[in-house]
Amino acid sequence: MYSANRATHFMKFRDYNLEGFFDEMIGENGNPRASVRHLARNLEALPEGELIRRQKSADRALVQMGITFNVYGESAGVEKTLPFDLVPRIIAAEEWKRIEVGLKQRIEALNLFIDDIYHDQKIIRDGVVPTHVIASSKGFRKQCIGMKPPRGVWCHITGTDLVRHSDGQIYVLEDNLRCPSGVSYVLENRHLMKSLFPEVFAASNIRPVSNYPLRLRDVLEYLAPDSISSPRVVLLTPGVFNSAYFEHSFLAQQMGIELVEGSDLVVSDGYVWMRTTKGFERVDVIYRRIDDDFLDPEAFRPDSMLGVPGLMEVYKAGNVALANAPGSGVADDKVVYAYVPRIIKYYADEEPILPNVPTYICDEAKDLAYVLTNLSELVVKAANESGGYGMLIGPHSTKEQCADFAKRIKADPRNYIAQPTLALSRVPTVVADHLEGRHVDLRPYILCGRDIFVMPGGLTRVALKKGSLVVNSSQGGGSKDTWVLADDTTKDADIHAREATMSQAQSLGADA
Amino acid sequence: MLSRVAESIYWMSRYVERAENVARFIGVNLTLMLDSSDRDQQWRPLVNTTGDHADFEKRYKVATEENVLLFLTFDRNNPNSIISCLRAARENARSVREIISSEMWLQLNTFYLKVNDAATGAGMDSAHDFYTDVKLSSHLFTGITDATMTHGEGWHFCRLGRKLERADKTSRILDVKYFILLRSVADIGTPLDDTQWAAVLRSASAFEMYRKRHGSISPKGIVQFLLLDSEFPRAIRFCLNAANDSLHAISGTPLDKATNTVEELLSGLCSGLASAGVDEVINAGLHEYLDNLQDQMNLVGTGIFETFFAKRVREPDKKTATDRTQ
Repeated sequence: MYSANRATHFMKFRDYNLEGFFDEMIGENGNPRASVRHLARNLEALPEGELIRRQKSADRALVQMGITFNVYGESAGVEKTLPFDLVPRIIAAEEWKRIEVGLKQRIEALNLFIDDIYHDQKIIRDGVVPTHVIASSKGFRKQCIGMKPPRGVWCHITGTDLVRHSDGQIYVLEDNLRCPSGVSYVLENRHLMKSLFPEVFAASNIRPVSNYPLRLRDVLEYLAPDSISSPRVVLLTPGVFNSAYFEHSFLAQQMGIELVEGSDLVVSDGYVWMRTTKGFERVDVIYRRIDDDFLDPEAFRPDSMLGVPGLMEVYKAGNVALANAPGSGVADDKVVYAYVPRIIKYYADEEPILPNVPTYICDEAKDLAYVLTNLSELVVKAANESGGYGMLIGPHSTKEQCADFAKRIKADPRNYIAQPTLALSRVPTVVADHLEGRHVDLRPYILCGRDIFVMPGGLTRVALKKGSLVVNSSQGGGSKDTWVLADDTTKDADIHAREATMSQAQSLGADA
Repeated sequence: MLSRVAESIYWMSRYVERAENVARFIGVNLTLMLDSSDRDQQWRPLVNTTGDHADFEKRYKVATEENVLLFLTFDRNNPNSIISCLRAARENARSVREIISSEMWLQLNTFYLKVNDAATGAGMDSAHDFYTDVKLSSHLFTGITDATMTHGEGWHFCRLGRKLERADKTSRILDVKYFILLRSVADIGTPLDDTQWAAVLRSASAFEMYRKRHGSISPKGIVQFLLLDSEFPRAIRFCLNAANDSLHAISGTPLDKATNTVEELLSGLCSGLASAGVDEVINAGLHEYLDNLQDQMNLVGTGIFETFFAKRVREPDKKTATDRTQ
């Protein structure tokens, strides 16, 4: 299939082997793809030892800046930096346009779906999605039935995981509609790259990502009750021990809003208040980075110490907005995922622009039989797990592991789906003093407020272990900067965005 | 400003200041040792200065140089060791990263990582250099704070914490050393004594400034300078005046007024120091005077907690709610 596996013309790529995978940078003929030639030339021109020097300088910067995440279940040295690889993933303008349109189509349909589920349930009555799939989805909240979120939007912030298979096609791997994390790394990675490769930035047409916090703040302010002219927006974090605490604090800082913990908030008099040194101040919009379960002990889990008692009553009365709306997680279930192409067709009457990965639903007898006999070739996922936990990668597993999963699937078929093992595409990655291919995925971020905005770029996660397909940070993954290239049609929008970001930076007195 | 945030900022700066003072005490003592014949005698007072002697007795027993240095520098079980202070300062900073400037975070994080490296044995060449470095890193943090953070409410909480901590530490060094030194009244005037007195001043980085102000070294002059001076930045009076300024700035109250008990208390302490004479303090007993002062400063600390940080139940306030919706 691949005629020339070696990129012999480029020294840094001298032993670079495609090994039969789709490579985002190097084409099948062994030469850099058209969109990345500029970067490839630049990497190639670096003097001996410079690549590794810059990589080390990036590693050091991450530790000093304290850009860290916490790993659950590790008591000693709980803080780790997310390893950063300095070779970016590049996406051509044409290809990005298709991704952007596809993501918009998907989010629009998912919002309609969630709203339908908590109201008329037409999609169930029309037999498109079985009722027991919804009822047993862990993200389904009966407390949300009949609820009308501000401006009719349920899911304001989404991170959708995309992968490219060896056929060159981009597939949607999963939708994260609860509290998707990682966007802070996108912003910090870009910041880092600009200091490491200023010469490449100056010469390339890379679309900016830095206006994301401003966009996010706009979305959040849009959700405030009409009567409030200058709404107070806060970010609710579980606290400094949460794995994504750095991101919470970073986003609050970038948006210029208050970062609060549950204990800073109190419900009184039908409103939410925060305790300040000068007394109590009213809160209008909460960007919550706490799962539904922990949001309000009176409405959800009574043992939650992280939330705010009485919050849901205030929300239902329309006196505070929450993003994302509680209950949005119903569409985040991996079995519901399998139905998304049908969901898009149902609400939009269109074919999905971005296809799903073919998915076997263990809850359906025919699929279950197939899955059980082909376990060693499939990837099996538990419906409600994330972070790479509760997952079996058939080709990389022992007989015992497969047998164990077979048992688990039979015991609770509703909780499992299976997919063919994808040959995720690769990007050259710094290994010692040279480059080797490593598998990647991509998580773009989509904001849904007055309109839908897709950040041009996203988090490229990379499995740093040779041959590994698991990109999660908790499982030895790292990240890369993601460059979406501009063309004439995107230029105006980006210039506008850049100006908006600059004026915000000035008003905040920041030099970022 | 959120109460929790104010509290974290306050403790962040208190802990950095505490680490700096411990480093200064140790640094001075290390130099002093070079002139002393009885080395281990000189280390116990240092533990007393930090107020943690009970914990030290229990776990270390003998006040050798090695034990004391370990206890005060790298002992993670001693909450007031340099490494524990910096860890606590960094944890507090981490919970308010979006409020403080990124330069402040960067410096404090680097500071902590450096001491942490030294604790694991990496990168510590000479003890003297190490303690000098801790002091400088703290000065750098304070300088960065003043130069990069808006001098608003958060900055005032920062300054409040730092000045109260510094006043407390100066009072302790004065108390411990004065007590020790007065015991050997017969030695006064001998070369050793001058060295010891100079060391007291050096513990507060006050030696040169004292020389300029008072010339010759005397117990009375030292008390006057470290307790009652209004211009020397580590003098107790100077620190409490600055703390009082910040306290009033936080609530927006004019300096000559008080809107809560903690403002009343701290203003009272300041005017007490302004009118106190050094002879009357020494005659009444310096130790008693400092003891009482420390109690009062603790009450200020409690008062700050009660007034700004404690989570009280909110009284419904319809006026605020309607004000904002109009």
